[in-house]
Amino acid sequence: MDSVPLSWYLILSAVLFALGVAGFLFRRNLITIFMSIELMLNAVNLSFIAFAYKLNQVDGQIFAFFVMVVAAAEAAVGLAIILTVFKSRPSLAVDEVNTLKY
Amino acid sequence: MQHLWLIPALPLAGFLVNGIFGRRVSKGVINLVAIGSVALSFVWVLKTLAALGPLETPHVERYFTWIESGILSVPVEFAVDRLTAVMLLVVTGVGLLIHIYSIGYMGHEGGYHRFFAFMNLFMFFMLTLVLANNYLLMFVGWEGVGLSSYLLIGFYFLRKSATTAANKAFIVNRIGDFGFSLAMFLMVVRLGGLDFPRVFSAAQAMPRETDPGLLTLIALLLFVGATGKSAQIPLYVWLPDAMEGPTPVSALIHAATMVTAGVYMIARSAPLYQQAPIAMDVVAVVGLATAFVAATIGLTQFDIKKVFAYSTVSQLGYMMLAVGVGAYAGGIFHLVTHAFFKALLFLGAGSVIHALAGEQDLRKMGGLRRKIPVTFATLVCAGVAIAGIPPFSGFFSKDEILLAAHHHAPWLYWVGVLTAAMTAFYVFRAIFLAFFGDYQGEHHPHESPPSMLGPLVVLAAFSLAGGFLPVSRFLEPLFPAGEAHHDPALVVVSVIAGLLGLGLAWYLYVARRGLADRIAARLGALYQVVYNKYFVDELYNAAIVQPVVKGSEALLWRRMDAGVIDGAVNGIASRARAIGAVLRLMQSGNIRSYAAWVLMGSVVALIALGFSGGAR
Repeated sequence: MDSVPLSWYLILSAVLFALGVAGFLFRRNLITIFMSIELMLNAVNLSFIAFAYKLNQVDGQIFAFFVMVVAAAEAAVGLAIILTVFKSRPSLAVDEVNTLKY
Repeated sequence: MQHLWLIPALPLAGFLVNGIFGRRVSKGVINLVAIGSVALSFVWVLKTLAALGPLETPHVERYFTWIESGILSVPVEFAVDRLTAVMLLVVTGVGLLIHIYSIGYMGHEGGYHRFFAFMNLFMFFMLTLVLANNYLLMFVGWEGVGLSSYLLIGFYFLRKSATTAANKAFIVNRIGDFGFSLAMFLMVVRLGGLDFPRVFSAAQAMPRETDPGLLTLIALLLFVGATGKSAQIPLYVWLPDAMEGPTPVSALIHAATMVTAGVYMIARSAPLYQQAPIAMDVVAVVGLATAFVAATIGLTQFDIKKVFAYSTVSQLGYMMLAVGVGAYAGGIFHLVTHAFFKALLFLGAGSVIHALAGEQDLRKMGGLRRKIPVTFATLVCAGVAIAGIPPFSGFFSKDEILLAAHHHAPWLYWVGVLTAAMTAFYVFRAIFLAFFGDYQGEHHPHESPPSMLGPLVVLAAFSLAGGFLPVSRFLEPLFPAGEAHHDPALVVVSVIAGLLGLGLAWYLYVARRGLADRIAARLGALYQVVYNKYFVDELYNAAIVQPVVKGSEALLWRRMDAGVIDGAVNGIASRARAIGAVLRLMQSGNIRSYAAWVLMGSVVALIALGFSGGAR
């Protein structure tokens, strides 16, 4: 593990995060968007862990746990929302979920 | 302590009880509360005066400090001296009689409890006015009686003319009150307070002003207040219109008590006026002019209440003349006798109107002396009293005034005598038109109930014999001494003038009916001018009311209110809408566009962070 430099982890994390953002912006399906968010969260987790390992401190690991907890809660709520949306609409296209605007 | 506060507090309690619960209780209870409270107040006055004895010095009761601010200290303080004692007796005594009379007169009217509640409210304020020991507390009563007067003139508020008359009375009085307020400001600033003793001692410490100065100014401003309340030129126009109110109101407020408040106030301020002879001359001349002008108008009116209203204005002018020439005691004496006979005239007129189911036009009366004999007899008593026929009450008080006027300047006396002749003429003209000749109306007249006739008889007794009350002698020590004037020739002249007026009325309206109309026709334009009250209302309307209305409409309403104020409010609102219209474009409802905004924002934040040298 020592042979892998910190920057590689960070680059991987950044790439994953960028993929998540791109997915969030450009996909229409709610489930895909949801997965993109998870991707962004885990990209951040990766950088936390990498820093924690490199700096030999436990803070980053704790943060990663927090993020996982939040992600789990978010999954529960988010999937419930997606289910309800799907019950009332024929598709999961995000552009059609806009009635709160009025 | 004599608990003077009970005197006004009792009617106030009556007002509160009737005002709050009057709608739910029977007329008997309303009567008990309204008349009971005034009767108790009257009894308390009698008890207090009996306990205080001859009142060589004023009896003062201090209750609490009302205002304490810098140099200004205003206590709530009641005082009784001889002047207040006389006023208390007149206000509660005549007030009680008129309250009793109102039971019969108002019996068929709606708003019975409202009427008595307002009457009691009036009594409260009037008694506060006469008991007050400083100008501010007096002003409270002064404003309060104006308020009650307004409420009672507009009693028949469904009638447009009544509400208009009420507004007119209130607004015209407001002009006078403005003068009163200015006078009080000057007293605070220059004389150091508002308490009567302090103001008067400060005034007496100053030299007598033969040239106009501070005291003259204060006295004249107070007189402006008096012209409003006591219906003197130029502010007398509200009083004839105030006859829109129920007749007991006209008798109590607009004849016997409230309108005499101005005279009382000037008599109360006698030490101040003594130091300002110029102001006194103004008071005398304005009073005499009012007496004369109002009497001429009274000659031509056909509404029985209007005749007596102008008569009131005229008699108030006499009182002003009296205080203006320094005959304060005489002025108050006339106030007292006038309260008797003028209240009687109005109550008698009310009895006539009641008998004829609301008819007030003298031309539609006639021949009533056999149909309502008690009313007729009492009205004649009032007539001989006001005409100054000896030995009835008006003779004594009027002669005292006229003699003092003659002592001051003979021309005042002669105009006064002429006015006295006109007074006798118009009062008996009204009586003859109503009670002699043939009945001209359709309604079947009926005599009034005993609750109305009782007060009439009592007042008639006082009108006849009131002249023997030693009011002047009782009051004399209170005022700066004037020389005693006695000149039998002058007395005889004024009595002859009164008799002439009476005789002329008899000749024109009983002996030679119809002659009066021919004379009026011959006089043509002059008669029309007088009949239309010199077009003073029209003049005020054109010169003051219309410019104010037009100016308010163009400037205050359209420019200020609609333009500036509404414009500012609406402008802010429409600006907010315009900004919102731009901002709402961002709220597309499209989640991905929100995400793009977030991304852009974080990119901008990161770039800014980079430029500022990183997180460290």
